[in-house]
Amino acid sequence: MRKYWWKILAYLLLLTICTEGFLVKVPLLDGRLQQSIRNTFFHVPMWFSMMIFYIVSAVYSIIYLYKPGSKNDHHALEFARVGVVYCILGLITGAIWATYQWGDPSVWKTDPKLVGAALSLLIYLAYFVLRGSIADPGNRAKISAVYNIFAFAMLFPTIWILPRTTESLHPGGQGAEGNPGLNPNDASTNVAIFLWLGVIGWTLLGVWITTLRVRLQFLIEKKLHG
Amino acid sequence: MDKIKRTGFVIACCLLNVAAMAQGNTQAEDNSDFMRSNGKIYVVVVVAAIIITGLFLYLFNLERKIKRLEKEYK
Repeated sequence: MRKYWWKILAYLLLLTICTEGFLVKVPLLDGRLQQSIRNTFFHVPMWFSMMIFYIVSAVYSIIYLYKPGSKNDHHALEFARVGVVYCILGLITGAIWATYQWGDPSVWKTDPKLVGAALSLLIYLAYFVLRGSIADPGNRAKISAVYNIFAFAMLFPTIWILPRTTESLHPGGQGAEGNPGLNPNDASTNVAIFLWLGVIGWTLLGVWITTLRVRLQFLIEKKLHG
Repeated sequence: MDKIKRTGFVIACCLLNVAAMAQGNTQAEDNSDFMRSNGKIYVVVVVAAIIITGLFLYLFNLERKIKRLEKEYK
């Protein structure tokens, strides 16, 4: 029970998001976003969680370079992997939301936030290609740790800086309005509370999946090397 | 035994579906009951809750299996 409490917490949080999230009162400003503002509890936490996973992954890679060990390598790999999964889910849900909110699928070509997110996804996918191309486990872990830190560094221009400096359909473009993810002054209390509950819940779910995959990696390692 | 239990569960689920379909044909649409109120949003709520519950049950199950393997390889 002591080890399970955060998994139960994740379940309760996501159950709240997936039930009360549809019912909670949200502001309906002259019918622009209408009920689709509830996507804030699902689509936005994907990106928040993704950033958390990428940060943790980069930290494990840095630790690996100081203290090589398969534990750090497995954690860096699996946190990056779950980050990529959340990134893909965020892109798909964002594409659906954008189609009905911005009315034109061609925003893919023009919105800097979307282009930046797609770029960061490609950079992280290359991490897995790189891992797959090196057979020696020691070399693979070291080289991919260095690349992972580079991939993390590329998040700064692609999703944190460029979308803030140019015109974007996302909230907060052109750097004047603050955070492009969420402007705290714009969100109603309900939306903000459920957004943060969602961020915690979806992140815990991702952490759980990561821990399972890390344990799987250890099992594979044991099987391969006796 | 496990396999029989699982098969039985699947069959029971199929029968539930049949019962639901039979009801759908006979019952008139009305907004008086809870599930049909508020634009039937509660139907979506129940569906989402079941998906989340199923997902977590799946993960718990997966964790149990990994735990068993870890014990085996020790």
